[in-house]
Amino acid sequence: MRDDKIIICRCEDVTLADVKRCLEEGYTNFEDLKRQLRVGMGPCQGQTCSALIQREIAKFTHKAMKDVPIQKTRPLIIGVELRAIKDGAIDES
Amino acid sequence: MKKTPMLIIGGGPAGLSCAIQAASLGQSVTIVERSHSLGGQLVKQTHKFFGSEKQYASVRGFKIAELLIQEYEKYKDLIEVVLDATVTGLYPDKVCTIVQNGRYYKIKSEVIVVATGASEKFIAFENNDLPGIYGAGAVQTLMNQYGVLPGNKIVMVGSGNIGLIVSYQLMQAGVKVVSVLEAAPLIGGYLVHASKLRRLGVPIHTSKSILKANGSACVESIVIADLDDSWNPIPGTEETVEVDAVCVSVGLSPMHQLLSMVGARILFIPELGGWVPKVSECHETSVDNIFACGDLSGVEEASSAMVEGRLTGLFAARRLLGTIDNDESIHQDLISQLEGLRSGPFGKKTREGLLQMKEEGQC
Repeated sequence: MRDDKIIICRCEDVTLADVKRCLEEGYTNFEDLKRQLRVGMGPCQGQTCSALIQREIAKFTHKAMKDVPIQKTRPLIIGVELRAIKDGAIDES
Repeated sequence: MKKTPMLIIGGGPAGLSCAIQAASLGQSVTIVERSHSLGGQLVKQTHKFFGSEKQYASVRGFKIAELLIQEYEKYKDLIEVVLDATVTGLYPDKVCTIVQNGRYYKIKSEVIVVATGASEKFIAFENNDLPGIYGAGAVQTLMNQYGVLPGNKIVMVGSGNIGLIVSYQLMQAGVKVVSVLEAAPLIGGYLVHASKLRRLGVPIHTSKSILKANGSACVESIVIADLDDSWNPIPGTEETVEVDAVCVSVGLSPMHQLLSMVGARILFIPELGGWVPKVSECHETSVDNIFACGDLSGVEEASSAMVEGRLTGLFAARRLLGTIDNDESIHQDLISQLEGLRSGPFGKKTREGLLQMKEEGQC
């Protein structure tokens, strides 16, 4: 099995090899991996990759799945044009 | 800023049922729905449902969506529907930000019901990004909604009810289903669905999975192998199967993002689909006046999502209206419907999951 041919985060085109390399380097939680690899920061906001990454972290750290938190979600959960936000600001009252 | 007493995020089986129930009690509500029609995943489901009459047994999924929409139309004065609108953020002061056709605006609400459903799980194998690899939801959308075949020769990965039903539908549509692969030692879905497939000559292989897809521009073949007790591939058992498509149906993950960003407590309960919001018996999350129902609070059949939606509609309306006529009898009826749906061997997983949820204590 070639880990560099296995896509884990399809939004940001991150492979299993990328994830394993970062785990080896000591980035062993989702928030760190996100900052290194942008996993969970694309259009689906981690909806697809988070369970796969959670499993890789659990395997690497020998923790139970329930003890491996996934990413913190923040607004906005889909891409929004800056113009739409600017125009929307008028409607504040 | 636009204001509404009760906002429902998601117009699928749970959200729509929730709106109908609340409106039938006199509560006005607003539904925000991402797609251009109500009904959620029901609109692509051509199979007949189980359950009893109240849960539309032996009616096809897309017909159930039509029936729910007809029921909603009776309460049109009380239910406002906002379509093509995605909630992009949820904030502790019960303000939602929404994008609708490029317009960005906010809605403030007293009570919010999140019914965002679940999304398909994905699996890791070599070349899992080749064209021709679909989720079962995409296959249903293409085939059942738009009449487009996903391929000519396909392998189904996953033998849960969705995998089995979609395999059968693929055969009906003239696609050759080479086999169904199941990583677990037992078939995941109902025997009645598995039997229908077997009668058509489709083998269902347990303890077997996909290792690799081959092809340059799209899938041309796949490599499958037997799995050991720890779900690791057994060397030497690999075989190559010629296909032009692969359908992945390995379960659903609740879409908890909006609740996670508002600080609601999220628990890991595999029996319910993975990360789910902790909800009370009244389906309220750990954030006051924010409720959750349907697949979001535990992946089940759409039948359960509809009853749970109605139940949550009752609880949310109760919060806003105070006393409700016939509250107790409506409550009891819905609770017993849910118990019925979750009884028997196939409800076991859900029952265990809900018990774990309960043991996690107060929200």
